[in-house]
Amino acid sequence: MRQVTHIFKKEFKSYFLSPIAYIVISIFLLVIGWFFFTPFFLYDQASLRQFFILLPIIFSFIIPAVTMRLFSEELNVGSYETLLTLPVTFTDIILGKFLASVLFVAAMLVPTLTYPATVSLLGELDWGPVLGGYIGAVLLAASFSAVGLFASSLTRNQIIAFITGMVICFGLTLIDKMLFFVPRSILGVVGYLGADFHFQNISKGVIDSRDILYFLSVTFIGLYGAHLAMQRKK
Amino acid sequence: MIHAENLTKYYHDLCAVDQIQFDIQKGEIVGLLGPNGAGKTTTLRMLTGYLRPSSGNIQVKGYNIEENPLEIKKLMGYLPESAPLYHDMLVYDYLNYVADIRGLDEGRKDKRIHTLADLCGISRVMHQPIGECSKGYKQRVGLAHAMMADPEILILDEPTSGLDPNQIVEIRDIIKRIGEEKTVILSTHILSEVEATCNRVIIIHQGKIVADGGMETLKQSAGGEYLIHLSLKNAEMSAVETELKSIEGVIRLERVDVNGGHLSVKLVCRSTRDIREDIYVKMKNTDWLLLELYQETQSLENIFRELTKEN
Repeated sequence: MRQVTHIFKKEFKSYFLSPIAYIVISIFLLVIGWFFFTPFFLYDQASLRQFFILLPIIFSFIIPAVTMRLFSEELNVGSYETLLTLPVTFTDIILGKFLASVLFVAAMLVPTLTYPATVSLLGELDWGPVLGGYIGAVLLAASFSAVGLFASSLTRNQIIAFITGMVICFGLTLIDKMLFFVPRSILGVVGYLGADFHFQNISKGVIDSRDILYFLSVTFIGLYGAHLAMQRKK
Repeated sequence: MIHAENLTKYYHDLCAVDQIQFDIQKGEIVGLLGPNGAGKTTTLRMLTGYLRPSSGNIQVKGYNIEENPLEIKKLMGYLPESAPLYHDMLVYDYLNYVADIRGLDEGRKDKRIHTLADLCGISRVMHQPIGECSKGYKQRVGLAHAMMADPEILILDEPTSGLDPNQIVEIRDIIKRIGEEKTVILSTHILSEVEATCNRVIIIHQGKIVADGGMETLKQSAGGEYLIHLSLKNAEMSAVETELKSIEGVIRLERVDVNGGHLSVKLVCRSTRDIREDIYVKMKNTDWLLLELYQETQSLENIFRELTKEN
């Protein structure tokens, strides 16, 4: 666990050493701010519903951009070799990098806390769904980070890592919008696979163990995939 | 200390390392020599646990690499080829991070980093990003990284590549000093480096060990011949040939050069007999003038070329 902390600290710090962090945070805040507040006054409702509807789509391309360098850069520069010959296990490395990514996304969400603050000044805001939404956002960030980490462990090219991660995340987000094309017999299963479906449940303020279990499963599968990819490189 | 048994590594169908065996004792400085693609780096990578052998077994201080990779990694410091490190980290931050992972406690950490900075001569670049350092400095940072926890075994893959001649001498001194108490394995294709630093040489060719031993035994075992170079004035080639060939122990005589009345010849001799006295006795009776005479034992270069010829 001590090693996980060291790797986490190093990765988290190095996000802020390169310009990527600032670019990603700016793009995130610009995009979500614009799309949330543009129609906000038309709806005339003091709720963050629209914000949480947008979040999975935006996370689908922001989070792979956050995670793309975690393994690909190491593989490309060759520092992967120095890292693996230090006294750390695969699990230490994966967890350290994963936590760095999740906390980075959480840090990215912090400025958006001004949205509920602003909205509550404008009208009567129900804080339950807001709290649920942020819990869901962190769970969603964890799942997508794990997926992005897996994509990054596959290749030494960051662009390929980004696109692979984005395709999987978009797939998970959009799959329950495409149920129309799916045969009736597997409708339930496919619907259950949708990340958006589970996220919207939580962001309504309903914290259901099934939704939490879903996000934890996706996280676990992503991290395990990264572990397998590392094993294969030996 | 290190025991490797039947180490084999396949990359898909390509056999990079083929049934290698060796034992390395504490306090040895072992040079791993071989032409490009011989399997040096692959062997080192397997020893450090970065690559898993396709078959075979490695034991370090009684630990098996499959069962206790962490224990082995704690004993080892490793500098990979061309020192791949994080480019956007500061040198100090990086060493600090390695010290943390290596489990140095807070009190000892700063002192150790400073000692290493002095030893490797990187005090000047401590607050520069690694990516902005020159190749030589990167290599030194890599060396400091490898020595961080004062490891019992130091494994260096081409430690002096990219350094200038002064730095090479410094690094060799450091390696020798460490080798007095620790075990060092280094790979290189610079032969003089092995002669200057190592007390044992393992030559690898096409994934197999073709020679293993101390510098002296290696030189004796290879060929059993030595050379004598002669430079003469006032001498005819035919006369020289008949006179010198009659000396016992001379295998062959070759003309090297004729130039302005100077004749240079090379005598290939059996190493069982020193013929320098006989040459002198022979020459006393002639009116040749001797300008130069020197003996050349088999150099590591000759041995290396002999053993790693493509066939």
